[in-house]
Amino acid sequence: MGILEVKGVNKRFGGLLALDDVNLSVQQNTVHAIIGPNGAGKSTLLNCFIGKLVPDSGTVDFNNSSLLGLEPYQINQAGISRVFQTPEVFSELSILENVMIPAFAHRDGAFHLSPFKSLAKETTIREQAEKILQDVGLIDERHHTASAMSRGNKRRLEMAMCLVQKPKLLLLDEPTAGMARADTNNTIDLLKTINEAHEITFVVIEHDMHVVFSLADRISVLSQGHVIVEDHPSNIKGHPKVQEAYLGTTETQ
Amino acid sequence: MLKKLRTSDRALMVLFTVFVLATPLLMAPLGAGYPDLMQRFAIYGIFAIGFNILFGLTGYLSFGHAAFLGVGSYSALWMLKLLSINIVPAILFSVVVSGLFALLIGFISLRRSGIYFSILTLAFAQMSYNLAYSVLTPITNGETGLQLDLEDPRILDNASEGGQLASPSLFGLEMGDTAVVPFLGMDLQFNVGFYVSALVLIGMFYLSLRIFRSPFGMILRAVKSNQTRLNYTGFNSRPYTLTAFVISGMYAGLAGALLVCMDPLAGAERMQWTASGEVVLMTIMGGVGTLIGPVLGAGIIKYFENIFSRINDSVIQDWFSALPDGVADVLVAVVSPFLGSGWHISLGLIFMLVVIFLPGGLVEGAGRIMNLITRLTQARKTASHRSDDRPSDDDVSSEKSSPGSVNTRES
Amino acid sequence: MDAILLQILNGLDKGSAYALIALGLTLIFGTLGVVNFAHGALFMIGAFCTVTFNNLLSFKRVTLSETELSPWGTPLEIQVPYVELWFGDFGATMIDYSVFWSILFAIPVMLLIGIVMERGLIKHFYKRPHADQILVTFGLAIVLQEVIKSVYGANPIPQPAPEAFVGSIDVGALIGMAENSVIYPIWRLVYFLFAAVVIGGIFAFLRYTTFGMVVRAGMADRETVGLLGINIDKRFTAMFGLAAVVTGLAGVMYTPILSPNYHMGMDFLVLCFVVVVVGGMGSLTGAVAAGFLLGILQSFASMPEVKDFLFGFSIDQVIIYLVAVIILLTRPRGLMGRKGVMET
Repeated sequence: MGILEVKGVNKRFGGLLALDDVNLSVQQNTVHAIIGPNGAGKSTLLNCFIGKLVPDSGTVDFNNSSLLGLEPYQINQAGISRVFQTPEVFSELSILENVMIPAFAHRDGAFHLSPFKSLAKETTIREQAEKILQDVGLIDERHHTASAMSRGNKRRLEMAMCLVQKPKLLLLDEPTAGMARADTNNTIDLLKTINEAHEITFVVIEHDMHVVFSLADRISVLSQGHVIVEDHPSNIKGHPKVQEAYLGTTETQ
Repeated sequence: MLKKLRTSDRALMVLFTVFVLATPLLMAPLGAGYPDLMQRFAIYGIFAIGFNILFGLTGYLSFGHAAFLGVGSYSALWMLKLLSINIVPAILFSVVVSGLFALLIGFISLRRSGIYFSILTLAFAQMSYNLAYSVLTPITNGETGLQLDLEDPRILDNASEGGQLASPSLFGLEMGDTAVVPFLGMDLQFNVGFYVSALVLIGMFYLSLRIFRSPFGMILRAVKSNQTRLNYTGFNSRPYTLTAFVISGMYAGLAGALLVCMDPLAGAERMQWTASGEVVLMTIMGGVGTLIGPVLGAGIIKYFENIFSRINDSVIQDWFSALPDGVADVLVAVVSPFLGSGWHISLGLIFMLVVIFLPGGLVEGAGRIMNLITRLTQARKTASHRSDDRPSDDDVSSEKSSPGSVNTRES
Repeated sequence: MDAILLQILNGLDKGSAYALIALGLTLIFGTLGVVNFAHGALFMIGAFCTVTFNNLLSFKRVTLSETELSPWGTPLEIQVPYVELWFGDFGATMIDYSVFWSILFAIPVMLLIGIVMERGLIKHFYKRPHADQILVTFGLAIVLQEVIKSVYGANPIPQPAPEAFVGSIDVGALIGMAENSVIYPIWRLVYFLFAAVVIGGIFAFLRYTTFGMVVRAGMADRETVGLLGINIDKRFTAMFGLAAVVTGLAGVMYTPILSPNYHMGMDFLVLCFVVVVVGGMGSLTGAVAAGFLLGILQSFASMPEVKDFLFGFSIDQVIIYLVAVIILLTRPRGLMGRKGVMET
């Protein structure tokens, strides 16, 4: 039984069947990549995990409880954190505060009223945040505002924001999109370290094959809304169905 | 850094208290040292501080806060009429009522954000205003306005005053009482009503300081920064914004109650959109999201309202009397529409100028000037001995941040 | 039946005003993406165009009568408008019809005001947050309102309708119902027809001209249209001018119904914001439909029967807000709103 179980998910937009009977089982503490050509339904599938879309039929279970119909904050509270395609941070706040906020969400839940508590006395939370910032290498800039950061650093900050919550599952939506090769490699290294150091399951949605094959333990290939193959990376590389999906039918023998 | 912050907050609090308590002394030379005006400084300061908790922290621009001011006024006056002339129950009751009212309106309005929210709050305020004038006349006394009456039951303390209206008091201290102390040729007026309002203001300022420095305040700032992200971070942002809305509604109700305690008259025009606009103006003028800005803005606007609106044509003619007749006439003609009864034109113009050129308000303006001075002095320093003056890690904290965050970090 | 018809008719004139103002408002933030709190001031300025023009026309020559005496025994003052002196009866008719003439006067004035406003102020706020746009136009609204107040005073200035349009007609008899069942003031009918023509004109203009096509495209997707190399800015300025004219004319023609006063702009603006929100932000048809709908609803709410039904509470003052709240809670984008308009 996987940590994230997707069974028979269908989603239709008008005449387009975006997801066609998708089944997926993500095992605990693995890096599970979802790949596929443009328009294969990757983003639609992701949106079903995070509460943005509700599938027409099928189930999405996380740790044996359904995610369907939950608000984004409830899904986060259930233990799923998410890294956005374009890094989303609180630009006007300092880097340290950016990490402290999710730490509070993790400790106090979705709503906790403490208007007269002093932020300065929350040393545990601050130490947690500083520890994570140390890990991702942003500790020196922690008092700067997030608005001036480079894209690569924003990605690091976002990682820190997720990690401080000790999520059970981390959803990564094209974590290296738009990055230069050097930044991409840094991000891969960062993800690898995190995956080894913390017991976190990753679901990665990615275009870049270099990233996918450096990280993933298991790969699901999505094509036209359907999972065509789910296997170990070494078996995916030469798989005829995958080649067909990416290159068209002519390549098959 | 945090230790430093705590000490600087303490210093701010002490400074604020001293300045507020010394208002009669400070304002007398400016011609504003009389009780009525100083009371309004303090009361509108409270109103603006509360508004800033909503607008400054969460970024939700309410255009209907005057409704809470009005509700606070009406409920306080009813308490003065029904229960006791003592202001304490009146104030407590009006804070509760306006809080409940804010809960209702906030619950509905906060379902939408941005411009929709502004329009919804504006619509609610106009609706309250219309209701106060029409349907609710039994409660509000319509156009005449609600006031104290000799027939008031006043269950707790209805001692006969020999046909005289009682004036609101705090355990016997009447709000209207003033001690006049001659000082350096000026008459300093120490008024009970002002000091009651001032103490409340100091308390409310401290409360807002605590809110700004709490995790709750930080989360509210995150709402302003990126609400979607906050929801994906695991926070349900709506109860947070609703709490902020209710708190600021209660501040407004408190201000409304104090207005009534100083001058026991409540009219519907207090709820009009112009009144809602005024508190927005005060907050913007002083500096949105700053601690001290709203109080500053409230003081300045009430001061100018008072000074400008009292200047009439003959005063203006006096100013220019030394000039040749033709020039003086032209100047009078140019200046007079903006003063006296036309001072609202100046108010609108100042408002526009602030929004256009100084969106961060006076606090940001002061910050810019300070920056300029430090840069100039630093430039001289580096010129004399070129040293690497990179500040050490911990010093970076509060100084080195973008203008956006300066607002919330500094006083 | 006739009572219902009467209420519908009664709602039409207010509804027409709402629809016209809301149309202008929507044109502005549909195209320019700016929330204009000074829009009500345009309506008010339009109304005061009529006042000004009427004052100009009826500028009088004062002579002292040689024969007649006033009740105080002094020679009677005879005031004759110059226009009548110059043009005789035609002049008198001109004064009588000054509301219509004011339209010709108001068009260039409003166009100018609109263009100056857009070029001088609004233009600089396209990229600023909505809150800043609201605040700066709010400040402008205060200034405009107070300027009018200091020039024309605080009291309403009644403006008569042309004599031929004073009085009422029996609408009931016209459409074959019992006589005197539905009596309706003529000017309100004129106002409705006028509004219908203007609204029809605007829609035709947007539909059948290239200019209109570009503007509609700009409303749908501003950036893309800009990328196509079309100078959208100039058209947007013109659009702002057009919206100002529409709103101003709504004010000009409304003067016989409501005596112009300095706060009428803001009174209508708040209602028209509600209208726009109910109709769906950025939707022109939504704005017009909601304008008429709410106007008529308001007139129904003022019926004595409704008041009796609600235990003596009159809700005509608040019905619009109530409806707005209900609609926003059930259909957050309004009746005809599109996704993603003004939602950030």
